[in-house]
Formats: sequence, structure tokens, C-alpha cells
Amino acid sequence: MAKYILQRVLYMIFTLFIVVSATFFLMKLIPGTPFSSAAKLSHEQLQIMIDKYGLNDPIPVQYFHYIVNMLKGDLGVSFQFNNTPVSQLISDRIGPSAILGAQSIIIGAIIGIALGVIGALKQNTWIDYTSTFIAVLGKSIPNFVFAGLLQYYVAVKLEWFPVMFWKGPSYTVLPTIALAMFTISITARFMRTEMVEVLGSDYITLAKAKGASFFEISVKHALRNALIPVITVLGPLAVSLMTGSLVIERIFGIPGLGEQFVKSISVNDYPVIMGTSILFAALFVVVILVVDILYGIIDPRIRISGGGSK
Amino acid sequence: MTNKDTVISKDMFQPAQMDLLKSEKIAKPSLNFWQDAWLRVRKNKAAVVSLFVTILLVVMALLGPILTPYKYDKQNTAHANLPPRIQGLENIHWLPFDGTVTTRFGKELHPYETKQIKEYYWFGTDILGRDQFARVWKGTQVSLLIAFFAALIDMLIGVTYGAISGYVGGKVDSIMQRIVEVLVGIPNLVVVVLMILVLKPGIIPIILALSITGWTSMARVVRAQVLKFKNQEFVLAAKTLGASNGSIIFKHMIPNMMGIIIINTMFSIPNAIFFEAFLSFIGLGLQEPNASLGTLINDGFKSMLAFPSQMVIPAVIISIIMIAFNLIADGLRDALDPKMRD
Repeated sequence: MAKYILQRVLYMIFTLFIVVSATFFLMKLIPGTPFSSAAKLSHEQLQIMIDKYGLNDPIPVQYFHYIVNMLKGDLGVSFQFNNTPVSQLISDRIGPSAILGAQSIIIGAIIGIALGVIGALKQNTWIDYTSTFIAVLGKSIPNFVFAGLLQYYVAVKLEWFPVMFWKGPSYTVLPTIALAMFTISITARFMRTEMVEVLGSDYITLAKAKGASFFEISVKHALRNALIPVITVLGPLAVSLMTGSLVIERIFGIPGLGEQFVKSISVNDYPVIMGTSILFAALFVVVILVVDILYGIIDPRIRISGGGSK
Repeated sequence: MTNKDTVISKDMFQPAQMDLLKSEKIAKPSLNFWQDAWLRVRKNKAAVVSLFVTILLVVMALLGPILTPYKYDKQNTAHANLPPRIQGLENIHWLPFDGTVTTRFGKELHPYETKQIKEYYWFGTDILGRDQFARVWKGTQVSLLIAFFAALIDMLIGVTYGAISGYVGGKVDSIMQRIVEVLVGIPNLVVVVLMILVLKPGIIPIILALSITGWTSMARVVRAQVLKFKNQEFVLAAKTLGASNGSIIFKHMIPNMMGIIIINTMFSIPNAIFFEAFLSFIGLGLQEPNASLGTLINDGFKSMLAFPSQMVIPAVIISIIMIAFNLIADGLRDALDPKMRD
């Protein structure tokens, strides 16, 4: 197990190194200077700016500086947002994104698991079909379309919740629902399949033969075992939360990381784009690693079969 | 069973004629893989309906821009921001095609009457007075085109990479798999966004950016299949007969895994449609006057409060496309490879 984890961590570091390098060189390929919007700068001022940010150094030198600074935790300063250090910009903005992400994962997982379990217990009834239908909708409808429609019909027309911005718990309701749709659908689908499989297994028949109640069978025996593989959906979920955060924070005007990223893209703010990309990549890699390790820890069958490698 | 009093007498029976020729007769027509799969897909009503919806949408995407007298990029600012109005449906008030628009405060406006416009814009017009009907179908055309080509490139790269990796094996396989593992670890959001920033938005850059990361899952699936087939008798037979490696892979192995390849491609189409729309929505989509469903939704979103139809119509179309493709892909997966159910 330790060897496996070490190997995976090495991979993780290598992947991140690739991402950091690729990000750096791709950004260098983009034509135009980051100061293009500041048209009022004179030629001399522009030169001073370019020298200050080291943009005239040979690319390998810039690259070396970038890697060294990165290891120190310094991601450079933003070109556009008043020279704020990128790391500070990120830490200021990560709060709303984290709250939104956590809420949508928790709520989405609870609803998704419930839908999946009910669908499996009432197989091929209208309840099952409804839950499958919701899952297909959640998987198919792009999250920004869903968010836009939600904002228009629920916030603007019905006025149940605030339309946008980030001023309190009620402001988080609609973005959380919009972001949770994918979580709901993917956990519901997965949960249903797992649950159907578990319900057909021998130990459930045995539990029934021993006279266990319906509740005992479905919760104590089936649900607990069916829940284990659901951990693997965390990987795709992390991706959907990232892409989702960009559009949903934009739609609802939430001052989070995603909104910052979109804004930086539109104004060519390289350091912020690079920093945020690397953060996204790092989060994703860590999530995948954690999922793989957790899976080995939680499921005893995997641990036993992999026992030789310990 | 129902009537116990019925007497079954011996003369009701009669010896059967033994015909050795007939005992070997195959009564059911023998079906090949595809006929069998089609029979199973046909039973899945959702997939069949989706198939028809998709065909209809493809036809509309091709014909739609021609059906209306207005061109998708023709501006007419005098006719800007009109609500949808369709001949015949305009008097049915509860349908959204009556040429009226209700403001946020519940006031009903009749822009066609107030501006004295005789024309019928079936889906309304946008902020520059361009016909939304033409734009929506033009956008559908572009979105489907991008998705189709992205999926095709994914398929070509993925199949070739996976087949080579699995077939050659050894060191090559191990290096190729390490590369895939690193690529899989990078979120495609980051790759696609960075690629579009470098390449500048356009149809071909979007297709390329989507293809860069999209092929990995196909490569993994194909590699696993090649490893499975590699030691089977038909491959050995082909080798003994002197078939080249290329012809073993492409003539003998690939046809055997066509089902899985098709399923994988079908799943990557909705994914590409989503990503194209997503890029448009964060400002990295096609440039004016070109339209894709994503840019239309993005434009409509900006004026959503005043003119909801500009966002709702493309939003509904993209949702229908996504649902249809997902259902077809699900149906195909169940029909072609029941083991792959997730």
C-alpha cells in the first residue's frame, strides 16, 4: 500500500510539473502584451513595465524564475488587478467557491443517493422511471443553461430567491441547486446500478431468508455495500464543479475563483490565468489520488486481494 | 386444467413424422451482430425517439437557415429584439409564438403592432435585428459540426494510439500508458481554455482543443480490447497466414470492437457539444457574425430579463440535443455491450 501511494504521489508531482510547464509555455505563445488595454502608456512607460515584470528576459530564464518562485508559493502578481499577488487574489476568492462546491456536493450526493436507492428498490415502476429521467436531465442539460433558466423563472419571475450576488445564505440557494444537478444525476445513476446489483446478491437473499425486515435489508445490508463504489464518482464530480464554478459564478455574480478566472481570460491577465489553472489541476490531481487511496482503505475486498503488495 | 372432465382419448394423438432434414433446420433467421444490436436498440423506446429527434434536428440544422427568407447574418436594426411570431399560432395566446412580450412587471407589449411590422419572425430577432430562426439553426449546424469532428478525431487518435500501445506491448506500451496517465490527470477545462487562448477562437481551434484531451478514454478502452484479442486464435491464424501487423489490427481486431468504439464516440459527442457551448459562454467561443448554440445562449443571457425568448429557444434546442445524444448512447451501450453499463 505504502509503495503504491508513493508511486501515485510521484505521478501526481510529475503531472503538476507538466501542467506548470505547459501553462507557462502556452502563455508565452499568446500574441499581444498584457498591457494592451492600458493604451495611454507611453513607449518609455511600457518599457519600464516590461522590464519590471521581466518580460524581456530569455524564455528559459523566465521559466526558471517562474518555477523557483512557484516552489516558494509565489505565483507572481496580477497585471490587471492593481498588482495584487496572484496567491492573495486566489485566497481572497476561494471562500465563496469552496462554500458553493461543498454545499452542492453534500446536497447533490444526498439527493442523488436517495433517488438511486429509491429507483433500485422500486425497480421498473414510475418512481424508478422518474428518478432515471431526472438523472438523464441532470447529465444532459448544460449547467449554465439550467442556471440561466433557474435564475429567470425562480428568481426573476417567482421572486423566491435573490437573483444574483453574494450577501447571505439565501443567495447561495440557486447557484447550489444549479451546481448540484450534475452531482445528483451522476450519483443517482451510479447508485441505482450498484444497488440493483447488490440487491440481487446471495447475502441479501440470505438476509431475507433469515427474516430481516425490509428496512434492515435495504439500509443495513444493501445500502452500505452499494455506497462503496460511489466514491469513484468523486473524480468526474471534481471536474464538473470546476467547469461549473466558472459559468455559474458568472451567471449569479458570485465573487469566487471561477468568476475571477473568466474575468482574467477576457483581459489577458496571464499570471492569474496560470495560477488558477495550476490550482485547478492540483485540486483535480489530489482528488483523484484521494479517491484511489480511500477506495483501497474502505473496501476490504480490495485490501485483501492487494494484500501481497503491502 | 380448466376442465377436468374432458377425456383425453388415445385417438386424439398421432405419431409425429420424423424428418432428419428438418430437425437441423434453423427456424429463426440468423442475424449478424448489427442486426441483433438493432433489434435490441429498437426495444428501447427512449433511444428510438431520440434517434428520430436527432435526425429531425440534423435536417433542421441543414434546412433551417434556408426555410426562412432572412439570412442569419443580415442585420435590420429597425426590427431589433422582436418576440417570436408564427403564422397561424399568433392567435393562440398561451403559446409563446403570439408576437407579444411580457415585461418583468407584468405589462404586455405588442412590438409588432407598435412598430407596424408585417413580417413574421418565427423565433423573433436578436439585438441587431437578425432573424433568430436562421441563427438558431445555423448555430445548431455549427455546434453539431464541431461535436462531430471532435468526436471523429478523438476516435481516430484514440483507436490508433490504443491499438499500437496494446499490440506492441512491452516498453512501448508502458511508456505510452504513462503518457496517458499524465494526460488524464490534467483537467480538460484547463487544457481547452489554454489552447483556445493560444489558438484564438474559431471552429478549427475549438475542434483541435477538444481533441487534445478527448482521445484518452478511447485509447484506454481500445488498448484493453486489443490486449484481450491479442492471444486469441483468430489473430494467431491471421499471423500464421502471414498477415501484416497493420492488417491484423485494422482488418481483424478493430471490426471486432466496433461496438465499443461506437459507444465511446457517441458519448464524446454530447461532451463536445457541451464544451463548445461552455467555451462560448465564458467568452472563448466563435466570433460574430458566426453563431453556435453556445454564443446564442451567451448573447441571449445578456438580455434575458427583457427578451427571454432569445435565451430560452437556443437553450431548449441544446438541451434537446444533449438529452437525445445521451439517450441514444445509453441505448446503444445497452444493446451492443450490456457489460459496460455503469
